[in-house]
Order: sequence, then C-alpha cells, then structure tokens
Amino acid sequence: MDNAKVDKIVEKHKKDSCQLIGILQDVQKVFNYLPKSALDHLAKKLDIPESQVYNVATFFKAFSLNPRGKHIVHVCMGTACHVRGAKRIMEDVARELSIPEAGGNTKDMEHTVEQVNCVGACALGPVIIYDGEYHGSMTPEKTLKLFKK
Amino acid sequence: MKRQRLNSQESLKKYREALVKARDPNQKVITVCGGTGCIAYGCKKVVEAFKTELEKQGLTDKVKLLVTGCHGFCERGPLVVIRPENLFYQRVKAEDVPEVIEKTVKNGELIERLQYEGKDKKKILKEEDIPFYAKQQRTIFGFNGYVDPKSIDDYIAIGGYSALPKALLEMTSEKIIDEVKKSGLRGRGGGGFLTGAKWEICAAQADQTKYIVCNADEGDPGAYMDRSVLEGNPHSIIEGMLICAKAIGASHAYVYVRNEYPLAVENLGIAIEQARELGLLGKKILGSDVDFDITVNRGGGAFVCGEETALLNSLMGKTGEPHQKPPYPAISGLFGKPTIINNVETWANVPLIISKGSAWFASIGTEKSKGTKIFSLVGKINNTGLVEVPMGMTLREIVYDIGGGILKDKKFKAIQTGGPSGGCLPEEKLDLMVDFDKLTEAGSMMGSGGMIVMDESTCMVDLARYFIDFLKGESCGKCTPCREGLKQMSGILNRICDGNGTEADIETLKDMSETVKDASICALGGTAPNPVLSTIKYFRNEYEAHIRDKKCLAHTCKKLIKFEINQKCTGCTRCVKTCPTTAISGKVKTVHNIDQGKCIQCGVCVDRCPFEAIDVD
Ligand SMILES: Cc1cc2nc3c(=O)[nH]c(=O)nc-3n(C[C@H](O)[C@H](O)[C@H](O)COP(=O)(O)O)c2cc1C
Ligand code: FES
Ligand code: FES
Repeated sequence: MDNAKVDKIVEKHKKDSCQLIGILQDVQKVFNYLPKSALDHLAKKLDIPESQVYNVATFFKAFSLNPRGKHIVHVCMGTACHVRGAKRIMEDVARELSIPEAGGNTKDMEHTVEQVNCVGACALGPVIIYDGEYHGSMTPEKTLKLFKK
Repeated sequence: MKRQRLNSQESLKKYREALVKARDPNQKVITVCGGTGCIAYGCKKVVEAFKTELEKQGLTDKVKLLVTGCHGFCERGPLVVIRPENLFYQRVKAEDVPEVIEKTVKNGELIERLQYEGKDKKKILKEEDIPFYAKQQRTIFGFNGYVDPKSIDDYIAIGGYSALPKALLEMTSEKIIDEVKKSGLRGRGGGGFLTGAKWEICAAQADQTKYIVCNADEGDPGAYMDRSVLEGNPHSIIEGMLICAKAIGASHAYVYVRNEYPLAVENLGIAIEQARELGLLGKKILGSDVDFDITVNRGGGAFVCGEETALLNSLMGKTGEPHQKPPYPAISGLFGKPTIINNVETWANVPLIISKGSAWFASIGTEKSKGTKIFSLVGKINNTGLVEVPMGMTLREIVYDIGGGILKDKKFKAIQTGGPSGGCLPEEKLDLMVDFDKLTEAGSMMGSGGMIVMDESTCMVDLARYFIDFLKGESCGKCTPCREGLKQMSGILNRICDGNGTEADIETLKDMSETVKDASICALGGTAPNPVLSTIKYFRNEYEAHIRDKKCLAHTCKKLIKFEINQKCTGCTRCVKTCPTTAISGKVKTVHNIDQGKCIQCGVCVDRCPFEAIDVD
C-alpha cells in the first residue's frame, strides 16, 4: 500500500529524476519522514541507483530518515534570531520537553524539535514555527506557554 | 474567469487600458499586509474581520479589501494602510476592525491608538511620512503595497508588463544587453557581477538550448527580501526573466525556491498560471518569436545550494555540491548548456531598467554600484524590517534615521553585513557609504543584504564561533581546506569561549583563515573566515579578555560568567521555585543563595526576579 503512495508521487512528477528533491519532499509529507522501504522503492521506480537517492536524502536538512513526532517544532537559530536570544529559547524548549539541545523527538512522540537556520521572518526574532504556524518575538515565558496548551 | 490570450502589443495595451478605466483612482482601499511577518502577528484574523464587517455594513461594493505582500515595516505588524489617503495603522487586531470601518473608512476620523508615534510623541498620519519609510527609495519594493500578488491584473494595472513588449518587439537582443550593461546593474545575490556582461557572454554561445535560472534559495540567515519580493510581486520576476529570454535566446527557466518559503511557491505558481492564460508565457509571446515557460523547484534546505554551481547540481536531482569554476554557468551550466543564473532582486530590477531606461537607473547610487538595494535590517534595532535605499547611503542613516536606533537605547556595538561569511563593522565605520566595493574594503561584504545590528550584549567571539559553526555545518565537505579548516577553527573558537584559549590562538586563527580563504573550491570556504578576521580586526580586545582575563565582556559565554544574588533580594522565593536545577536556596524574607556547583547559567532566575537582585559577572 505504501508503495502505491510512492508510485502516485512519482507519476505526479512524470518519473523525472531531476525532480528528486521535490519527490522526496512529497514522500516526506505523506509519511512524515522518509522510510527506508519508500526510498528503496523510489530508486527502482525512477531507475536510479539507491545511493543517489540516499545521497540526496541525507545531504539536505529538510529530510528526516527517522520517524518524527505528531507536532513539528522548528526553532530558528539564524543570525537575526541568534542575536536576540534564540539559544536561550532553544535551551528552554529542550528543558521543557526533556530532549537534547540539538533537538529531537520527545519520548511520547508528541513533538519533534528541529533547529533551523532562518525561516525568513527575521524582523520578529526569535521565531518558533509550531506545525507551520509562525510565532515571533518569543520570550522564555511565551515559549513555555506554547507547550502548555 | 477564463482570460483571453494577448497576442500583440496592441492587445496588451487595450487590456491594460480597460483595467485602468475600470478602476477609480479615488477608490477607498483597505490594504492589509499579508506578508509572513504580519501573518505571524495574526493578520489573517484581521482580514477575516474586515471581510465580515464590510459585508455586515453592506460596503463590499464601495470599499475594496486588498491583501498584499510584505510592506517592509514588519516589526509593527499587522499593518493596515487606507488608500488613497495612505493612512497608516499599525498593530491592528481583529477587535479594532469594526472601529476602523465605522470611524476611519466611513467618517474619516482617525484612531489615535493605532497610529504611529514619532520620537516627539506626535502621531504620524501617512505612511510616507513615517521616518522608517521617509528616507527610503522603494523603486522595487514599493509595488508590494499596491498589488494583490495573486492578481496579474493588479500588476498590469500599475504598469507591469510594459517593459515586456518593448523588449520583445521593439528591441534587438544586443540592444537589451546594451541597456542592462549601461545601467551598471550588478547581481544582488552576493557576488556583485555585472549582469549585462554575464548576459553578453551567454548570448554569444552558439548552443541552440539555453536556460535561465532564478536563484531564490536565500540561504543567508537574517535576510528575507527575496522571499518578500517573490511573495509580494512575483510577476516582476517573471517579466525580468522574459526579457532575458529574448536577450540570450532561452526558452525555459527554473526558479529554485527555498523549502521554507511555501507562500512564495504558491504565489509564484499562481502568477505563472495566470501569465500562461494571458499568453505572456507560452509560444510566440505577444506575437514575437519568443517561446518561454517556467518551472518552479523547491530546494532541500542547504546553505551551499545558493552557490550557483551547487544550485544547478541540485536542479538536476543531485546533491548540492559546487564544482570548480570555470567553466562558468553562462558557458556551461544546467545540463551542460549555457545558463544565466540571477538572484530574485536582480530579476526584479530588469523590467524597470527596460521601461525607465539605463540612464535613469544609473542616476541612482554610487559610481560603481548603481540602483537601490533592499536590506533586511534586523537584530537589536527598533524598527526591524525590510528597507530599500539607494546605494551609497551611510550605515548611520540606515541604522539611526530609518532603523530608529538601538533597542532600549542601548549602545551600538557592531553591524554584521554579508551573511554568515560577511564581516562585523564597529561604530567607527558607521559613516561608511554602503556599496559593493566600500563594504569589501572595510572587510565585510554586500552579500545578499542582511544587516544584523548588535548591541553591547552580543559577544563578538561567540558570534564568530556561531558563524564558523554554521559554515562548518553547511560545508559540503568536498574540499579539504573548507571541511577540515573550519572544523579546526571552530575548535579554537569554542576553546576561547570556554575560557581555555591561549595567547597563540589569535595568530593561529589568522593563519588558518588565510589558508581556508585561498585554497577552497567555492566562495563558501573562500569567504568563511571573514567573520573571524573582521572580529579580530575590530574587536581584538574581546578575544584578549576571554584569553587573558577569562572574562566575557558581553556576559554571554556561560563558562565565563557567574550568577550571584545581591542585597536587593527581598526573599520572595520566586527564583527558588523556578530554578530548573534547584541551585537556589533560601527562606522567605531572607537573601537567597546560589550553589555555583549546581548553577547551569540558564538565566531563568534573572528573568523571574522583579527586583534586579541577581548579578551576572
Ligand atoms: C555559499 C554561497 C551561497 C550563496 N547563496 C546565494 C543565495 O542564497 N541567493 C543568491 O541569489 N545567490 C547566492 N549566492 C551567489 C550565487 O552563487 C550567484 O552568484 C548568484 O546567484 C548570481 O546571481 P546575481 O548575479 O544576480 O547575484 C551564493 C554564493 C555562495 C558562494
Ligand atoms: S534569522 Fe530567524 S527568521 Fe531569519
Ligand atoms: S510582513 Fe507585513 S510588513 Fe512585512
């Protein structure tokens, strides 16, 4: 069944291996991460070596080869956010959710926290994106509230 | 609405005339900024509230609601501008909407609390009189406030696509290239290469197939103007590329957009669809012999992919590793064919040069840097946002006149330009005129236009470490000087920040910088040491304080600071309750105490204390 989903995505991109990044993005959208079986199947479908698929899937930051939690949290560590205290925000998130400061999944798989470099809302730094929703001018209190709801 | 194809200059002209005629210049328009910054501040609810209220009051025919891209002054969002008067309201909430309609729209009364307040506490009425905007010259970015990015008609009505027939039907390829050359336009993506000269090289190649690429990867953390142009006025980019298509003889373009910019992808997609419907993309555009179409690709999130050769690799479905130049893309690029790759903002300038002429463009700016530049003015500054100014304006004017000075009236320490591999300039350099060459001379660079302002609470050694760690992580790993050199430099910087630096470290950093600069394949490595070199040059005392005195002057390097409770403590126990490591002890109404062995310098207690009773040293 999972393979059928991959097939559909490949068809949408007209089996064009130049679209590999876009295809992987769509696959990740469906599965929330890139499962090994999907990548292997993808290589066959596109008729390219598995190594090329893995090469691209591991090179770019947007891809995750491990399962991710229910809610995706991006903490911006870009320069504008950095000078306005992003590191402190990340520390607070990590402490609140008991995950490493570099980010990761919570034990209950409710949250996956990832550090990102600039999300393009630099005027509002520090910025957190919670399931695609932007939260600007974050303070330690606002951060804790975000996870308490 | 199914639109009719425009197959001649005349039909486009008529189409525009019909649009303009149908629009009343005195039409009441409520403009709500729908850019990403304002979305973060909740503008979607404001838009909904306006819709509901206009309907409730039966005003939908009389008053137009226009949702636009970013206006620039994101810090004050959600922004609402009421035209034709240009009345400016800031930080508007959904709850304010009925009052705005009732008072301002219907009766012309102002609502003071939503107005901008100047330094002298006087309210400022109009958008253009606000100091943030008054000194800007918004030749590209100004359009954002007047068009719905999802409407090609809006773009055409304000004069968009008027350079296109001129280029396609009245000018030869040589003439177009000549104009762009004479304008002096230099690439806005960082390199500052002369755009016309690049096009000329590409046009001279004999290949039948050529490509055009728009670099919208915008990897520079702290900069977001490409995003805002693409989201707010996508047709200007399409028009720029169309003009180049005629100039070099290309029939296909790719736009490589950062994965983090879904709204840009969406708006660009809609714009392309609408341009196709009108026949402004497709075969025999406006009856000329130019065929042209555009594909949008999403990036995968890697800084190095903004580098042109890496970007082209990534467009071909490979990992984004750069390769040695030459060959330059203009000669051998995408699929080995001659390719013109330009930055978003570069593209947005092209239609203006063609319609207003190269002389107009060259009259703005400095001797070797022409036109305007959009900067992302962010960090510890009052008015954060996007500003467009003529090249040659001084940093001081940008920081103080437009930016309104440093947050909380703190002291200016440095401004960082040019992205992660740019440099940090100190207060003495505030009178520097900003252009490509002046910034490079001062040890920084233009980059794509990030300007990050720092006050005394930013540690310059920590900042250098931050950039080197960033670049170390983003290095593609192909060449040794960049991969290994940055790793070693990061080690040294981390050591200094932890208080374990040695006297020799500064010189070692300088030596290694030279090697990494000279021996790396691409400009990522080639410019990576800039933040280290510029901070050593201008802020050497901070390095020395870390190394010799084991002190961080900005009080941010954790291994070098200590938290202590002073006599202002009233014994309220707030900090005792919030300390995550239970390092603070003390009874009610007695001065508390911090156990240094347990303290992790997280700063939670400082935030919590209402009495400023915790010192950081
Ligand atoms: C590490 C690195 C990152 C870059 N990132 C970008 C970028 O995000 N956007 C961009 O337009 N140019 C970027 N460039 C510059 C491009 O290589 C190229 O010079 C530019 O796209 C050419 O267009 P222009 O002449 O219009 O500036 C980067 C260069 C390097 C070395
Ligand atoms: S640096 Fe955080 S959004 Fe740009
Ligand atoms: S997003 Fe509204 S002003 Fe920038």
